[in-house]
Amino acid sequence: MPRSDRYSIFSVFLEGLRGQTGWGPAWRKASPKPSYDVVIVGGGGHGLATAYYLAKRYGLTNVAVVEKGWIGSGNVGRNTTIVRSNYLLPGNIPFYEMSMKLWEGLEQDLNYNAMVSQRGVLNLYHSDAQRDAYARRGNAMRLHGIDAELLDREAVRSMYPWLNYDSARFPIQGGLLQRRGGTVRHDAVAWGYARGADRLGVDIIENAEVTGFRLDKGKITGVETTRGFIGANKVGLAVAGNSSRVAAMAGLTLPIESHVLQAFVSEGIKPLIDGVVTFGAGHFYVSQSDKGGLVFGGDIDGYNTYAQRGNLPVVEDVLEGGMALMPRIGRVRLLRSWGGIMDMSMDGSPIIDRTPTEGLYFNGGWCYGGFKATPASGLCFAHLIARNEPHEVARAYRLDRFRTGHMIDEKGMGNQPNLH
Amino acid sequence: MRINCPHCGERSLDEFSYLGDAVVRPDPASPNAQDAFYAYGYERANVAGPMQELWYHAAGCHAWLVVTRDTRTHEISEVKSAQEVALARQKVAGTAQ
Repeated sequence: MPRSDRYSIFSVFLEGLRGQTGWGPAWRKASPKPSYDVVIVGGGGHGLATAYYLAKRYGLTNVAVVEKGWIGSGNVGRNTTIVRSNYLLPGNIPFYEMSMKLWEGLEQDLNYNAMVSQRGVLNLYHSDAQRDAYARRGNAMRLHGIDAELLDREAVRSMYPWLNYDSARFPIQGGLLQRRGGTVRHDAVAWGYARGADRLGVDIIENAEVTGFRLDKGKITGVETTRGFIGANKVGLAVAGNSSRVAAMAGLTLPIESHVLQAFVSEGIKPLIDGVVTFGAGHFYVSQSDKGGLVFGGDIDGYNTYAQRGNLPVVEDVLEGGMALMPRIGRVRLLRSWGGIMDMSMDGSPIIDRTPTEGLYFNGGWCYGGFKATPASGLCFAHLIARNEPHEVARAYRLDRFRTGHMIDEKGMGNQPNLH
Repeated sequence: MRINCPHCGERSLDEFSYLGDAVVRPDPASPNAQDAFYAYGYERANVAGPMQELWYHAAGCHAWLVVTRDTRTHEISEVKSAQEVALARQKVAGTAQ
């Protein structure tokens, strides 16, 4: 046990005096035991959060998280860090609001600085029809007790006077603002949950890729990994991006396609934008990191892919959106861009459910919105695994809803994953 | 990524739109039509590797294409017009009878 294990002003002060020698590793490098009560496949944000809540809230500590790479190497460390709960449909609103509330208490719960910053998420509208749609969304949110404010043009101008209000084609008429939305340091979310789970006894097993599942009479008995067989009474999959591939090893076909979403960071500039702003006439969203870089993105590329890189037409489209909204960034240079693989479900909403295989649970289909859902996803998946029944706010995220016609289609695009 | 359209030659990706898995639409009169349409609509192929998929040359000749593309590398190995593929499939089905 290291001398300083809990982060506080006193331990920071003490270690400052003692040359920072008392800190231990944030989590152990665990080797797999022969078997566990629960094995979570995927050491991303959702998998780690699931393990944390299994131990913390449901008392299951004989748990392992197996990760093919290293903790935080997937989408949890590659997203644009935005959190919000501005959804419209009944199946989504309570879930994402629970996630928002968990974000609000996350740092105290984990004793870890995740830099939760409720800097406000502003969705701009550019036409009367879009204003009406945003008013409806805002009203749906307020009916569920979530904050939402419909701003007119002048109110937006007082927040961001330098946006392009003179665009003839896409004039900014106003915006829907969720002040409680914002950003969270994404890596810290993975590390914080990993540390929290580790302290409660969860084994985090890195560099162990799952290569198959072992079944006995239709019930799961464990997972084959590159570090050997690991027995388990229950197995939870949280491998968004690769869900179809991993589920196929268990003979399961999913209503999911894998698509690439690109993201971008500019060179560091002086403080320009203190919240999150989205352009409603195209698809462009932007915030500024604490290092000064503009962090932004847009649409998915729109074709099936497992390559973690996108193509130039979408780069052009995103940058055009940025220039239409904020022409003053025209001379700012791009620092880097990258692509991550998204589980695009057939209705744009996630799945947290049992599978036809007893003891095998599935969490995926997060589309490009998985990061903001991390705490609620972990909690609901933990509930499902521990109790074998869905959490109250995740009841709609069923695997069979596509067959029964109970889709949760926020965008109304039908079964075209590349349009969600 | 550029697609070599059989009618127009090699064109930029932004001229095309994507429909995904190039499976044939099931027969609505078949006895298992409900299951077949569910699979057709919702359980589309999502392979990591070479995949046959439908692309539409929206900003070009308006032809539907069957493109064979590796989803791990974006490498395109074959582009055929969907009509040609459908006729070939009919021919195979005809011989089988």
